[in-house]
Amino acid sequence: MPPRSDRAAARENPSGTGHRLLRFTAAVRWVHHATAALAGVCVITAACLYVGPLAELVGRRRLVTIVHEWSGVAMFLPVLLGLASRALRSDLTRLNRFEDHDRRWLWAAVRRRRTSDIPSGKFNGGQKAYAAWTAGAGLVMLGTGLMLWFPQLFALSLRTGATFVHDWLALAVAVVVAAHIGKAVGDPEARRGMWGGTVSRAWADREHRLWRAELEDHSAHSGSDRSSGVPEDSVRP
Amino acid sequence: MSTSHSAAPPPDPGGRRGTPVGRRVLLGMVGLGAVGVVAGGPLQRLVSDSIDTVAEKDPTGLSNLLPGNRFRYYSVTSSVPERDETNYRLTVDGLVDKPMTYKLSDLAGLPQHRIVKDVQCVTGWRVPQTPFAGVRLSTLLDAAGVAPEGKAIRFTCFDGVYTESLTMEQARRSDVMVATSMEDKPITHAHGGPVRLYVAPMYFYKSAKWLSGITVTEDVKPGYWEELGYDVDAWVGRSNGRSDAPTV
Repeated sequence: MPPRSDRAAARENPSGTGHRLLRFTAAVRWVHHATAALAGVCVITAACLYVGPLAELVGRRRLVTIVHEWSGVAMFLPVLLGLASRALRSDLTRLNRFEDHDRRWLWAAVRRRRTSDIPSGKFNGGQKAYAAWTAGAGLVMLGTGLMLWFPQLFALSLRTGATFVHDWLALAVAVVVAAHIGKAVGDPEARRGMWGGTVSRAWADREHRLWRAELEDHSAHSGSDRSSGVPEDSVRP
Repeated sequence: MSTSHSAAPPPDPGGRRGTPVGRRVLLGMVGLGAVGVVAGGPLQRLVSDSIDTVAEKDPTGLSNLLPGNRFRYYSVTSSVPERDETNYRLTVDGLVDKPMTYKLSDLAGLPQHRIVKDVQCVTGWRVPQTPFAGVRLSTLLDAAGVAPEGKAIRFTCFDGVYTESLTMEQARRSDVMVATSMEDKPITHAHGGPVRLYVAPMYFYKSAKWLSGITVTEDVKPGYWEELGYDVDAWVGRSNGRSDAPTV
């Protein structure tokens, strides 16, 4: 059964008359933007607590700490709320599953070879690896962060360990998220997919060939779906 | 490959094919995190020692962004005014016979002492063998003449917010001073200059930065962080649930 976001995409572009494909529903985009905004607040406040010159500029240690703690915890709410969206659940399922072409994509990326020649589904191997790693890292940051927030509940050696993990993983996360933003900066059409929801057919053909083929294949067989009247969780952009 | 798809897998547009590597990576990260928390104590020491060695020889200063045992800047207010010889004043008042006001040059004219001990922050970082120099607090207390009912000290700071406290007995220790030099240089603004309190045997939050007022009181009134749950008697290694090696 194809996920609803794709069915919606097919519906919005019946028999190829539309020029753009729906990539992310409004719910998925909202989850992304809310998570990104909270992560941004969390990273900026972390820098203000941690980087000497910034700390001297901003001060207000107590307030900055509170904002850091709450933005860090709240960062996980959008995704939890978003699980109500079938489109998001479908995207998460796709991110979870690695196939041979994803491994080939990753291997090519690691060796700095062209990746556009390697077929990808809705998400390429790099996007899948990024999603899984940041999700895991995020949970570790949450766990260690809570240990530092409520230190009286933990033995000193565990708190030292939590500080160690929180500090070093923060640096790694900063590098990885910067790379994520760098990739988006380098690909305007991918950005349009996340901001506006739709992408061009040409881009999908080039970067996500298997997804594109899936949509084609689906719109060829989806006559009955179009009149099924299943409620959508997508809102038109 | 999941075996449920082994029988003539149809095209699966939902992307449910393939191995759940994402979940494995996620759980693997969580597992590594847990190992890091348990093993992190000893690792932390090893890593920050090696980073400090690098940081000492790093002309770019970039390694200062890495976690290690160096001073970190903490301020509880948005900005702190800068004070120098022209506008810095330290007052000694409260339950004293003779309230006093000192300029920087007045402090410089009093007997100076130098102490070299580790600095231990309650958040974990420790800076080894840091020289502080200045006037013993007891010198200032004697000059003002403490009244018999004066049993504690309240410290105030020109950031306008931070406060600290000591009992009279603690305040009269020889390793408690009103410091004007750190690492054998005048204390910079970022480190709490021109004058900060230095309480060698206690966690560093007791060593209030930007010291501007010494008030003798009847009872100990908890300071800024102490109102927020930190110990008033902040002996290194014997308070705040920590077991660091004592600094003195």
